[in-house]
Amino acid sequence: MVDKNQQVIDKTLDQEYKYGFSTDIEETKFEPGLNEDVIKKLSKIKKEPQWLLDWRLKAFDNWKNMSEPTWAKIKYEPIDYQALSYYAAPKQIKNDSLDDVDPEIIETYNKLGISLNEQKRMQGVAVDAVFDSVSIATTFKKELSKHGIIFCSFSEAVQDHPELVKKYLGSVIPATDNYFAALNSAVFSDGSFVYIPKGVKCPMELSTYFRINATNTGQFERTLIVADEGSHVSYLEGCTAPMRDENQLHAACVELVAHKDSTIKYSTIQNWYSGDKEGKGGIYNFVTKRGICLGDNSKISWTQVETGSAVTWKYPSVIMQGDNSVGEFYSVAVTKNKQQADTGTKMIHIGKNTKSTIITKGISAGEGQNTYRGGVKILKNAENAQNFSQCDSILIGDKCGAHTFPYIDVNNPSAKMEHEATTSSIGEDQLFYCNQRGIKLDDAVSMIVNGFCKEVFEELPMEFAVEAKQLIEVTLENSVG
Amino acid sequence: MIKIENLKASIDDKDILKGINLDIPAGEVHVIMGRNGSGKSTLANVIAGNETYEVDGGNITMEDTDITEMSIENRALEGIFLCFQYPVAIPGVSMAYFLRSALNAHRKYQGKEEMDALEFLNKAKAILSELGLDDSFLKRSINDGFSGGEKKKSEILQLLTIDPKLAVLDETDSGLDVDALRTVAKGVNKFKNENNSVLIITHYQRLLDYIKPDVVHLMIDGQIVKTGDMSLVEKVEKDGYSWLEK
Repeated sequence: MVDKNQQVIDKTLDQEYKYGFSTDIEETKFEPGLNEDVIKKLSKIKKEPQWLLDWRLKAFDNWKNMSEPTWAKIKYEPIDYQALSYYAAPKQIKNDSLDDVDPEIIETYNKLGISLNEQKRMQGVAVDAVFDSVSIATTFKKELSKHGIIFCSFSEAVQDHPELVKKYLGSVIPATDNYFAALNSAVFSDGSFVYIPKGVKCPMELSTYFRINATNTGQFERTLIVADEGSHVSYLEGCTAPMRDENQLHAACVELVAHKDSTIKYSTIQNWYSGDKEGKGGIYNFVTKRGICLGDNSKISWTQVETGSAVTWKYPSVIMQGDNSVGEFYSVAVTKNKQQADTGTKMIHIGKNTKSTIITKGISAGEGQNTYRGGVKILKNAENAQNFSQCDSILIGDKCGAHTFPYIDVNNPSAKMEHEATTSSIGEDQLFYCNQRGIKLDDAVSMIVNGFCKEVFEELPMEFAVEAKQLIEVTLENSVG
Repeated sequence: MIKIENLKASIDDKDILKGINLDIPAGEVHVIMGRNGSGKSTLANVIAGNETYEVDGGNITMEDTDITEMSIENRALEGIFLCFQYPVAIPGVSMAYFLRSALNAHRKYQGKEEMDALEFLNKAKAILSELGLDDSFLKRSINDGFSGGEKKKSEILQLLTIDPKLAVLDETDSGLDVDALRTVAKGVNKFKNENNSVLIITHYQRLLDYIKPDVVHLMIDGQIVKTGDMSLVEKVEKDGYSWLEK
C-alpha cells in the first residue's frame, strides 16, 4: 500500500500547472538593476507628486541598510536584487475603454477565467486586473462610483485622490517595517485602491487579479483599502504566473484601515506557479499584509487559500486598536513537491474587549514543508481581550513536514486565550471507508481534505469557495494511492 | 451471489485465513460465529478488498465475476457493502454529501442517471424516519462525535441507501443497547430480499433473535469447521466452541 501511495504521489507531482502559459506581447521593461535613478524614473512614468517620490527614496535608503530576514523556516537561493527588472508594462497603456487594451491581454485573462468584459463578468464582482507592473482595466467603476465608492488602480488613485493616498499610505505598514515592505515601498509599481465612504455597504465583491508575465521582473504591488465609518466591503485577490525556470520575486504590501463600526473582509486565492518537481522555478512570495481596526466595533477578517509559490512568507495581521474590535485569520496552505510555506498571522490587541480568531489548516504533500507561525499579543490596556487559535495540519505521504510556532505575549491578566493544535495523516482507514462505498481514491482524498478545510472555506465569498475547493482538488489530484 | 473457494490470507506474514470455502446464494442470510481471533473480521475485510491483508491463495467470485484482484471501490460498485465494526470519522464531510457521492458512484457504474440533491434528500429522509433518526443526521460530519449506536445506524442508513447485492455485517451488533439492536435488525430485514444476500459476523445470538439466518457457519483458526442451521447458534451459546476442537 505504501509503495503504491508513493507511486501515485509521484504521479501527482507531474501534474501540469494550468495557468503556466505566457503571453507574447510587447512590453516596456526597465533594464535590470536597482538604484535611485530607477526609482526616479519609475516615479516619473507614473507622474507622481514629489512627496511620493520622497517617500519612495526614504524607503530605499532604509532598505539599503536592512538585511533579509532569516528567521523563517524556508530555504532559497539568494535573491540578486540587481539582476531584476523593476518595471514591466504592456506597451499599450490603460485607457478608459477596454477596446484600447491589447487583445492578447484580454485573451490572457479569458484563459485564466477572468473576463474583463462587464457583461460577461460573474455577477456582483468588480475586478481590477494587474498585469506585471500595471493595472490593465478596472470593471464596474461607474456603477461603484454611484455609491461614492472609489475602486481603481493605485496609480490612478495617486492622480485622482492624492489626499487619501497621502493620508493612509504607510499608515499601517510603515516604509521601514521590514526588509520586503521597505523594498516594496521604494519600488511598488501599481496595485488597487479602495475607499468605501461612510455608511456604505459595498454592493458587490471587489477583486484584483494579479498576473506576472514578464521574465526576470519582480512584481511589487500595493493595495490600500480604507473603510470609513459604518461601511462594509468584501475584497478578493487572485494570482497566477507562467511556468518559468527561474524564480520570480513577488513582494507586495496590503494595508487595510477600518474606521469605527466598519468591516473589511479580505480573501486571497494565491496560485502562483510553484516550481517543478525538482523545485526549479516558481514564485518567491514575500508579502506584508496588515490591517488596523482603528475605530471602535470595527472588524477585519483575512481569509487565504495558498496553493502556489515556491516559497511563501506571509503573515496577514490585525491591530485591534478600537474597543470591541475584531480580528480574524482563516488560512488553508497547501505545499507539495518542494514548496515551502511559512505563513500565519499576528493579532495585536490594544483596545478593550477586543477579540481575535485564528483558524489555520496546513496540508503537506510530496516533500512540501508547511509552517504555521503566529503571534498573539495582548497589550497592557487591552481589558478582557480574547483569542482563540486552532492550527491543524494534515500530512499526505511520508516525505513532507508540518511545523507550528505559536508565540503568545499577554500583558493583561483579564485576557482569555485558547490554543489548539493537531497534526494528522490522511488515514488508510478513512480512504478504505470511502473506497468501500464506491468512492474513487482521488475523490476520497479531495473529500477528506475539503472536509478538513471546511471551516476556512466557509469564510470565503460563495463564488470563490467553489473555486477554492476545485483548486484544492486539482492541486492534490493523485496525491495518495 | 458470492462464492469463496479455498481463500487464504495473512497479515505481516501471519496466516489468518487458512482455506475458507463459502457459498451464499441470492436470497439467503448466512451467519459466521467464532471466537475472537478466529479470522471472522479478516474475512469480512478481505471480501471488501482491504489491502492491509495479503491474499495468499484461493478466489472470490461475485455472480460469476472473479473479484479476487479487484480494487476496493470496484468491488463495492460490483455490489459488496461492508457494515464496519468501527466506522471511521471524517470531520467536515457531511453525511449527505458523502452518501450522495457514494450512491451516485454506484448509479453511474450501473449506467443509471445520477440522483440530484432533492431526489436524494427525499430518499434518505424516508430511510431515516424508518430508522427513527432525525433529518439533521444528514448534516452531521460522517461518524464525527457519533455515539456507538449512531455509528451503527449510520451504517444501516448507508446500506439501505446504496442497496448493494451483498451486505457484510462485521459485528454490527456489538456494543448496542436493545433499542439500537432492534433498529439495526429492522434495517437489515428491510434490506434483504430474494435477489440479495447477507453475511452476518457476530459473537452473539441476540441479533439472530431478530434476523433469521438460513445457514450458520462456525469458524475456528481461520477455517469454517461446521455448517448447519440455527441449532448451532444455540449450541454455541450453551457450550462455547471447545467441543469443535480436535
